[in-house]
Amino acid sequence: MEIKRIATAGTLESSDIQITIAPGNNGLQIELQSDVIKQFGAQIKQTIIDVLTNYGVQNAQIKAVDKGALDLVIKARAIAAVQRALEISEEPRWEVL
Amino acid sequence: MENSLGRNLSAELLQKLAYQPYQTTDFGHPKIQRHAPMVTATTGNDKVVNSLKEVVQKTVRNGMTISFHHHFREGDFVFNKVMRIIIDAGYQDLTLAPSSLTNVMNDIVVEAIEKGVVTNITSSGMRGSLGDAISHGVLDNPVIFRSHGGRARAIEEGSLNIDVAFLGVPNADRLGNANGMNGKTAFGSLGYALIDAQYADKVVLITDNLQEYPNTPASIKQTQVDYVVPIEQVGDPDKIGSGATRFTKDPKELKIAKMVNQVIVNSPYFKEGFSFQTGSGGAALAVTRFLRESMLEKDIKASFALGGVTKPTVDLLEEGLIGRIMDVQDFDKGAAKSMHLNQNQQEIDASWYADPANKGAMVDQLDVAILSALEVDTDFNVNVMTGSDGVIRGAIGGHQDAATAKLTIICAPLVRGRIATIVPKVTTAVTPGASIDVIVTEIGIAINPKRTDLQQALAHVPGLVVYTIEQLQQKAEAIVGKAQPLQFKQRPVALVEYRDGTIIDEINEVQD
Repeated sequence: MEIKRIATAGTLESSDIQITIAPGNNGLQIELQSDVIKQFGAQIKQTIIDVLTNYGVQNAQIKAVDKGALDLVIKARAIAAVQRALEISEEPRWEVL
Repeated sequence: MENSLGRNLSAELLQKLAYQPYQTTDFGHPKIQRHAPMVTATTGNDKVVNSLKEVVQKTVRNGMTISFHHHFREGDFVFNKVMRIIIDAGYQDLTLAPSSLTNVMNDIVVEAIEKGVVTNITSSGMRGSLGDAISHGVLDNPVIFRSHGGRARAIEEGSLNIDVAFLGVPNADRLGNANGMNGKTAFGSLGYALIDAQYADKVVLITDNLQEYPNTPASIKQTQVDYVVPIEQVGDPDKIGSGATRFTKDPKELKIAKMVNQVIVNSPYFKEGFSFQTGSGGAALAVTRFLRESMLEKDIKASFALGGVTKPTVDLLEEGLIGRIMDVQDFDKGAAKSMHLNQNQQEIDASWYADPANKGAMVDQLDVAILSALEVDTDFNVNVMTGSDGVIRGAIGGHQDAATAKLTIICAPLVRGRIATIVPKVTTAVTPGASIDVIVTEIGIAINPKRTDLQQALAHVPGLVVYTIEQLQQKAEAIVGKAQPLQFKQRPVALVEYRDGTIIDEINEVQD
């Protein structure tokens, strides 16, 4: 699936994560900012990659600003962002949710 | 080398600095020779010096140990003014030994380190840009962290020998009689500074409020003071302490506070004449409110409240629910102001408060201590010094000292954001688990297994869920996930003394 437009989900409130997805041509590239990057950086990136992979996205530039979000929040924000970026928010892909 | 908590210590460093590894919370009854200051005799008519520069020239030499107190907290002007002169004069190789370091002092300390002016630091704690710089190895020699009681011990026994103490005061007369209670920059108790005034070789008072001689009540006395320097302003009254400490509205903190109160009320210590210390954190403060209700309901009065004092504690004193406040420091204006109104609010110095090496400290008489934590591990060891990234951002304060109370309660949320508070092993051990009795989180409590009496007393309290500490740790991990261990370089940047002067842990340079 190709990213159609730049899309964002999430806020910069504590315990949230703001994920921005833009078109790319070099795999899934994630730029992550997080106060817990030392302990959870790899896990946060993996959660986002898993969501995008489930949507069949192979190329994208992703910016994530994490404020200590739990895994389920990261997943939810990634899903919202990718659906907006793919312009399928009106017809969510229920099978990958 | 490992100490009795299994913390890894550099044997080489301990040997070089003549330190022993921590073994036990029991101080025993050693005989200790106190250190005495070198006194220059005077009749006292020539103490007033009109510039800080001149007094620094008269007193400071390369290689000396200089001290400050932190009673002005974030409103302190004295530290920066004196350090500016010291840096600009080009002094080298000084040891900085303040009672603690607040954020307003950070930048100038980093500058002093980078210029070789300060080459050693001992403090209760540090945070912000200074903690960050130290954790990244800016200082060659390890910082020595001491509790308030531990600092008093180190000064009395001479292992911390202060050459010059620069003590800001909100009032003083020309001979050096001063207190912390009067004047526009009043902060209440001079508790930590009193030790410096008593033991430093040279004592310099700095004030913006020169009073008629003799100035009373005198907490610092003319017999201790070498110089008095009048300056324009010693601090910003608005930043010394918050106007009045407010009770939290955070439902999580309120729930924790309510459970802390349940633990206290159902313990064997809640009886006529009990004593307690609460910290200044949100939950700890709210405990005071619930405790008040329980005291009224059961008609029980406390003999004393100890420690850092806040207005809510003063209110209990004025209501007759507490007999005395033993006051080493005041956290808000309400508490500071009431010191000269309430005869029963007694100023105490850091030794009287918390020193294990004297003939009886207040903490030895303490029934209940309510303390906070950044991390607690499954051995009940507490970290109040390093953050989740391994960087120094805290202070021991009176934590190790008050934790020797008969019932020590740590209140902390199970998780903070994505960071677990209850962990398998704390990043830095500051207070040993042997002195901790109950952990209270918003989902329930854990009781130290060695306290079978408390296990029994708290087993059937309605609404109080008792877990094991391992269960609490697992519940935290289930929420946040398993954290990757922090990476450190094999280079100690700080040593944490236990209150007896042994080393309870070392802090290594962080790996970025």
